[in-house]
Amino acid sequence: MTFSWEWLSLLARAARTRRGQIGLVVTGLVVLVAAVGPFVAPFPSTVSQTSPFASPSGTYPLGSDVIGRDVLSRVLAGGWLLLGVAAASTLIGVGVGLLIGLFAAYRGGVVDALVMRIVDVFLAFPPLVFALLLVSVLGSHVWLILVAVAVSHAPQVARVVRAAALDVSARDFVRAVELLGTPSRRVMTGEILPNLLSVVMVELGLRFTFAILLIASLSFLSFGIQPPAADWGLMINENRIGLTVNPWGVLLPVILIAVLTVGLNTFTDAIARTSLGLERSTERLDLVASGIASEPAL
Amino acid sequence: MNAAVAVPSRAARLRAFERQHPVLRLVAVRVLTGVVTLWLVSVVVFAATQALPGNAAYAVLGRSATPARLHAYERLLHLNRPLIDQYGSWIGGVLGGHFGTSLANNESVSALIGPRVVNSAVLVALSGVISVLIAVTLGILTAAKRDTWFDHSASVVALAVIALPEFVVALALVILFAVLVLHALPAVSAIPPGSYPWQNLNELILPVATLVIVIGPYTFRITRGAMIDALESDHVEMARLKGLSSRRILLVHAFPSALPAVIQVIGLSLLYLAGGIVVVEYVFDYPGLGAALVDAVANRDIPTIQFLVLTLATFYVVVNIATDVIALLASPRRRAAS
Repeated sequence: MTFSWEWLSLLARAARTRRGQIGLVVTGLVVLVAAVGPFVAPFPSTVSQTSPFASPSGTYPLGSDVIGRDVLSRVLAGGWLLLGVAAASTLIGVGVGLLIGLFAAYRGGVVDALVMRIVDVFLAFPPLVFALLLVSVLGSHVWLILVAVAVSHAPQVARVVRAAALDVSARDFVRAVELLGTPSRRVMTGEILPNLLSVVMVELGLRFTFAILLIASLSFLSFGIQPPAADWGLMINENRIGLTVNPWGVLLPVILIAVLTVGLNTFTDAIARTSLGLERSTERLDLVASGIASEPAL
Repeated sequence: MNAAVAVPSRAARLRAFERQHPVLRLVAVRVLTGVVTLWLVSVVVFAATQALPGNAAYAVLGRSATPARLHAYERLLHLNRPLIDQYGSWIGGVLGGHFGTSLANNESVSALIGPRVVNSAVLVALSGVISVLIAVTLGILTAAKRDTWFDHSASVVALAVIALPEFVVALALVILFAVLVLHALPAVSAIPPGSYPWQNLNELILPVATLVIVIGPYTFRITRGAMIDALESDHVEMARLKGLSSRRILLVHAFPSALPAVIQVIGLSLLYLAGGIVVVEYVFDYPGLGAALVDAVANRDIPTIQFLVLTLATFYVVVNIATDVIALLASPRRRAAS
């Protein structure tokens, strides 16, 4: 099937644009820090080494944190879980949203209306508030964060995919295939799904960025990844009180999260521009996801 | 025969009414679905907090749960009654204005939250107004000066800022203006109890600035896009051919076409604020609903959590309906189409 390779070629095309290159390089740097970091950290990230908020020195190049742990080691160790959970929840959330959206578009009528009503109910919860609701009862667990983020992705993706699927299914070539007597399910997977590729790719990018925002925010509020684990969001909150003494424990995680999300967003923008060929395509998808526009411009 | 023609059926009269009053019809439909959505939201909130296995009493007491304390809490939360009963008495109380008693300090939830509603409303309203003024102006100007360096730099900045989490923006502002670089503004915004936020303007600057930076780029990007579409339309071309001044073309001919999209994105920004205030209020210790939610979650104060989540979801649904209706009113073409 061409479908399985097309997404790679789309990524490659996006990566050749200027925006794509900038986004990819910037994101890649942070991913590299997160992936290689745990193996090159000079000290254990959860064990106190020296006095709290010690200034940078030869042994501790970025000083120490609120309980005297090496800031550099904690920064190096604190990214992989954030990225891993964000990636997993995005894949699950976008996958489930894709299925729901396709299902609603494919069945139509009452089923469609019912499914989309339920989607509306979940859209009424601000994602962070929904995650807090779950955490308040079940406690902070990594799996729960993963579920909460995936559940807040799915309705948004479902909405975009449904609108796009309805748009594609109204086109002539799909009509023609249907007239030939192809079963609806085959039409859905064989004709409509491949045409949703660019929409799904852009959604993946947007949702991944958003997952990072959400998980880092949860950790910052101390309901996400739990101490004593090293995590960028958590570090920022832990070391806030020592900002004037040793700012690095806050500054570096802030910079890494900012660079990561900006890089990802830039790359997603590049994908949207190359695949949808429209200047304002990502905004368009934002609007569809929030129910403002009825269909993404394909 | 004649009678049948003279007295149209009820359905026909309804259709005629719908044709004549499309806005009223939309409002009615939207309000009805909104009420249903809110009812379902209340079921989800209730299910998550009180009906999940490993019940709320355990959640509250954690490892310190002894059988005696568990029973006390179960009675307090009415956990020993059937679920339907529990839901009924909870939702009945909410509709009657009784939101229960906070588990954290035994005060009534409404007394605890009431003053905070004002604080959050001021924060949201101020951030909304300021961000709209700045972003819409910038959107119109960049669309008018499309593909100049001014347009490009505004777009690049917006693309970068749009992806930043609230706490990153907030801490960057704290570092720049309160703690490390300048010492001009307070790093925490503790509005003293009994005083209003507008009596403490200094404390409002950083939280409002954070929210403006977080939501402004959306409004800017959509306004710019809608204005470019409008400027490329035939009737603006016509106005240009008539030799009208460019300011007049921008504001009188192009902006009205862009208005529905602008209204929609303003609504979207307000919706975003419903979640955005949580982090921002926590960072600045601002005594609003968001900070209250973080406290309630930390204390596992179930009645307060239920009330706050329901309030934020209600805000969400109401803003959604209001946005749709106002955008429809601002859009003559759509009004005619529906």
